[in-house]
Amino acid sequence: MIGIVDYGMGNISSVYNSLDYLGCEATIINSPEEIEGLTHLIIPGVGSFRQAMQNLEDKKFITPILNHVKNKKPLLGICLGMQLLATKGYEHGETNGLGLIEGEIIPFEIKLHVPHVGWNNINTLKKHPVVGNNVNQVDFYFVHSYYFNVKNREDILTMTEYEISFPSIVAKDNIIGIQFHPEKSQEPGLNLLEAFCEWDGKC
Amino acid sequence: MLKKRIIPVLLLKNGRMVKGKQFSNFRDTGDPVSQAKIYNAHNTDELVFLDIDATTLKTNTLVDLIKRVSKECFMPLSVGGGISTIEDVRNMISAGADKVIINSAAIHNAKLIHDASNSFGKQAIIISIDLKKENNEYVVYSHSGKKREDIDFLEYLKMMEEAGAGEFLINSIDNDGMMNGYDLELLRLAESNSSIPIIICGGAGHFEHLYEGLNAGAHAVACASLFHFGDNNPTRARSFLLNKGIPMKNLKGIIF
Repeated sequence: MIGIVDYGMGNISSVYNSLDYLGCEATIINSPEEIEGLTHLIIPGVGSFRQAMQNLEDKKFITPILNHVKNKKPLLGICLGMQLLATKGYEHGETNGLGLIEGEIIPFEIKLHVPHVGWNNINTLKKHPVVGNNVNQVDFYFVHSYYFNVKNREDILTMTEYEISFPSIVAKDNIIGIQFHPEKSQEPGLNLLEAFCEWDGKC
Repeated sequence: MLKKRIIPVLLLKNGRMVKGKQFSNFRDTGDPVSQAKIYNAHNTDELVFLDIDATTLKTNTLVDLIKRVSKECFMPLSVGGGISTIEDVRNMISAGADKVIINSAAIHNAKLIHDASNSFGKQAIIISIDLKKENNEYVVYSHSGKKREDIDFLEYLKMMEEAGAGEFLINSIDNDGMMNGYDLELLRLAESNSSIPIIICGGAGHFEHLYEGLNAGAHAVACASLFHFGDNNPTRARSFLLNKGIPMKNLKGIIF
């Protein structure tokens, strides 16, 4: 069973709907006890980093999420959920993240218009069971004002250009984080979600 | 590289799709759910649903519509028409909308935009502004073009951006439904006075108009009549623009 964490940050029904459409068995997780029995966990979310960490803490989701990772089960963070994997974020003040992938969430300081919104392609740096070679140069739907400045290059699977080059998919062991919205990226996005649901967490 | 977007606009009245000219003389253009599915099949970049008489919001028809569409169309969905409270925003987002479009309610209530942006993120808030050219000045209108507002357009842009808007949807009432092209002067004015993306709307009658809008600095071009009243679709529009050198979403990775 695949769990989608509901921690009060944005529209989780589209992630649920896309898994349902794919025929993957999914459930929306409202309380921390429900996480233990899951095979896969998804942290979606849009909104502010600080508020998101606060909500995860208030709803006591942090320890079960970290245990899920310790038990080598696959974890997917989408958009804000991906950013929460970081060590730290700076949206509305400095806040500690889940600390699962080293790096910081920082604002775009560029000449182009922010938020970075629309379809943009990803450039794959290395292979991964969830992200095959066939997604290189494929366009996905992005919408964000901050990006993940990843510390170790080996944790980056794909990069995307928007005046600067930033990590669009990160991964480490049984964890994967996607900056864009696969659940809003039509067929190529659904393919990624399906691959995650079939992943055993090994690289 | 970030691609330019084509955004079909589905105008709604009593749960049906309509299209008019200069914000009046509406014609029925079909069922919104089936139309959304067709656009999804064309790998359309994004969809906008606008309820022009803002009545469906009160009867939950709009919420139900978005729920139905978001179960089958896995693409960005923006919804507007009568949204005037944080609760309205929350209802739309939980129904499956990615962004809400706020027009009349924003004009005298920057706090609503500030609060909505803080709660749901600025990426979820599109501010829509309807304008008419009068004595060589752009005048802001609200309530689907019925109410003339005594505010300065450029100051209003600045105020909304500071309040936390994520995108602007700029509509020319004069050009709406006329199919003679976008108001490029209005577009350039808005673009040069904003640091958030601009979606231009009103006047696209053929693909060349989309090119003109994107070439003049629009991040996205919105259109309704173009696709409703003619043998046109987003796939053909995309090919046309690609051939003109405009970066558009590539369909690599999609199995036909």
